[in-house]
Amino acid sequence: MWHRIRSLIVKEMLAVFRDPRSRFVLVVPPLIQMVIFSFAATQEVRNVRMVVFDQDGGIAARELIARFAGSRTFTSVRLLHGQGEIRDAIDSEDALLAMTIDPAFSRDLQAGRAPHLQLILDGRRANAAAVVLGYANTIISDFSRAAAAERLASTRRARQTSSAIVSRAWFNPNLSSVWNTVPALVGILTTLIGLLITALSVARERELGTFEQLLVSPLRPAEILIGKTVPALALGFTEGMLMATAGRLVFGLPMVGSMLLLALSILVFLLAIVGIGLVISSIAKTQQQAILGAFTFMVPGVLLSGFATPIENMPPWLAWVTCANPLRYFLVLSKGIFLEGMDLRIATMSLWPLLLIAAVTLGSAAWLFRHRME
Amino acid sequence: MKGETAQTVAVLDPAKARLRRTLALLRKECIQILRDPSSLIIAGALPLLLLFLFSFGVSLDLNHVDIVVVIERPSPQASRFLESFEASRYFRVRIAHDRRDVESQLVAGRLQGVVVLGSDFAVQLGRREAAPVQVLVRGTDPNTAALVQNYVQGAWATWLTQETLAKGERATASAGVVNEPRFWFNPALDSRSALLPGSVAVIMTLIGTLLTALVIAREWERGTMEALLATPATRGEILFAKFVAYFALGMAAMALSVAVAHLVLGVPLRGSLWVLAVVSGVFLCYALGLGLLISTVTASQFVASQLALIAGFLPAFLLSGLIFETNSMPWPIRYLTYAFPPRYFVTDLQTLFLAGDVWRVLVPNTLVMALFAAVFLALTAWKTKGRLE
Repeated sequence: MWHRIRSLIVKEMLAVFRDPRSRFVLVVPPLIQMVIFSFAATQEVRNVRMVVFDQDGGIAARELIARFAGSRTFTSVRLLHGQGEIRDAIDSEDALLAMTIDPAFSRDLQAGRAPHLQLILDGRRANAAAVVLGYANTIISDFSRAAAAERLASTRRARQTSSAIVSRAWFNPNLSSVWNTVPALVGILTTLIGLLITALSVARERELGTFEQLLVSPLRPAEILIGKTVPALALGFTEGMLMATAGRLVFGLPMVGSMLLLALSILVFLLAIVGIGLVISSIAKTQQQAILGAFTFMVPGVLLSGFATPIENMPPWLAWVTCANPLRYFLVLSKGIFLEGMDLRIATMSLWPLLLIAAVTLGSAAWLFRHRME
Repeated sequence: MKGETAQTVAVLDPAKARLRRTLALLRKECIQILRDPSSLIIAGALPLLLLFLFSFGVSLDLNHVDIVVVIERPSPQASRFLESFEASRYFRVRIAHDRRDVESQLVAGRLQGVVVLGSDFAVQLGRREAAPVQVLVRGTDPNTAALVQNYVQGAWATWLTQETLAKGERATASAGVVNEPRFWFNPALDSRSALLPGSVAVIMTLIGTLLTALVIAREWERGTMEALLATPATRGEILFAKFVAYFALGMAAMALSVAVAHLVLGVPLRGSLWVLAVVSGVFLCYALGLGLLISTVTASQFVASQLALIAGFLPAFLLSGLIFETNSMPWPIRYLTYAFPPRYFVTDLQTLFLAGDVWRVLVPNTLVMALFAAVFLALTAWKTKGRLE
């Protein structure tokens, strides 16, 4: 039996590696993707262009504008000369933020009245707009506080109330978004490879007609199943470890936990993924169906995994659905091992759901195999 | 020979023959699409799934972030500080008195932020020394962490201004700057209104590139390309028939997505429909061009699907400005995004849905997409092999 399984495994590996394009596609794109998307996937907002319509022109107004110009977030602060120009700037996406300073701004500030200004943001880029508003508010409130302190200092003896905010971000001191993204990408790209190889394996043979040849061979259905699972596992595992290493070398990702635990997590995760791939594969009759089936799993899988959006933000019923998503558990494991130093005990809480999913899907695939083979 | 009938050889006018062949091929493509349920699923069910996911699953807003303010020794100053944490719809603020058990909750991920006012807070404040306020956040989710920091910073600034002014004799109210923010095109800053228009771009890439990438490769793999080439049909006619069939499918999917987004999910549509149709049509031409090129060059469905994902789908998803802001990316990646038409299409869609017919944005973007479309379609026509080797 082992001899037969081994022959099948060798055949599968040959089928994948013999084609030079296939070899290329398995190695180069995942690495490129990882590099590009790690840098691209940032939730910070930088290089913002803004415009200002200063109707006042007084010293206070100019000082406020200077604070904006000096901040790292805003790379371009353009001065406008008319109200109508605001419309053009925002409409054409030339600026994300437009600030209009009231004509009485400086005078109001001097007199101790509340000075007015208006901020207009481009709601089409809603997420960036919300973040930029936060930054702008910080700049404005810093300015406001400094002005208040100055006014006090000029009227009586300086009596500064001082306080300082000391902020620390645990596990990721610089709040580097790359450190958040790379562990997630290791999972996503491993899913891509594992799913595609598995889903296509049976469907391709069916389409090309070579599946019938497998059926007339001495191989039993269970052996065919194992024979198709092992190459996908091996390839996916190698890819996963390769990307984890690249993450450490290229992005300087720390490895606070143990590499061994990471390897175990990738393996268990792949078992679940391969199981899903095999289920898709046994239902699909053509490669197109297999690819699209893999896709239909992948897109919700990635979107609902906690990668782009934390699971706490989702409505409760949707959060329940994510319990069936292997990628969700792997993300917890990956970030935990890379950044938090997760140990085996805590990791088990995420590992057992993966094993459960693997058991269910591999079992279903085995059943489907047996019943659809005829 | 007995019973010889005059054999009429129908010599058709070449143009008519061409038309007949093309129509026949078109019919074949349509039947092929209709016979495979997965094509219809990808044009009908998958767009709806994506719209649904973007609506409920992906939210870039923050809701229900739990933070705890630890006040180690109660004092009037500390209470005033707490007051400056106004009721916010994003944050749920609780109070605690011992930092140790709160910190373990932070590590476990049950809290997103901890603000600590040490036991000597009031004392240091009274002595006019710097009284530190400590904020602890979880760096594993930088987005939430940064937002928590900003929020606490804002509350602290408000409180500090109050304290500063309280020391003065003026009875006037806090003269903090009053600013009224307004969000054009999306007054409620509903992230759904920003996401759903752009997701139409992703949907069209799915159909235009992923589905089409398999089409020609499949014919080569199965050997039916050989049969096609043996017919009088030319390469151009074969390609044209495929193009038209999948163009129709893509536009149908777009119409469905726009209808659902606008009528069911409530996204405003302020631009005109025909402009939307034209812009989408141009993008679809590019997507189809890319898909057909991949298909014809790889001749293997496995490789084609991988390439379609890398060159078509993932850029549409990650590099188009839909989810991640392109201006925030490092400059090499930022310039890279200009090489991908989905970026222009997402901008056009957001403008068309939320702002209206803004020609200054629409015309240049659409022209760039048209250029890409022309290039890829030309490459496809050139690279399609008319012979078997």
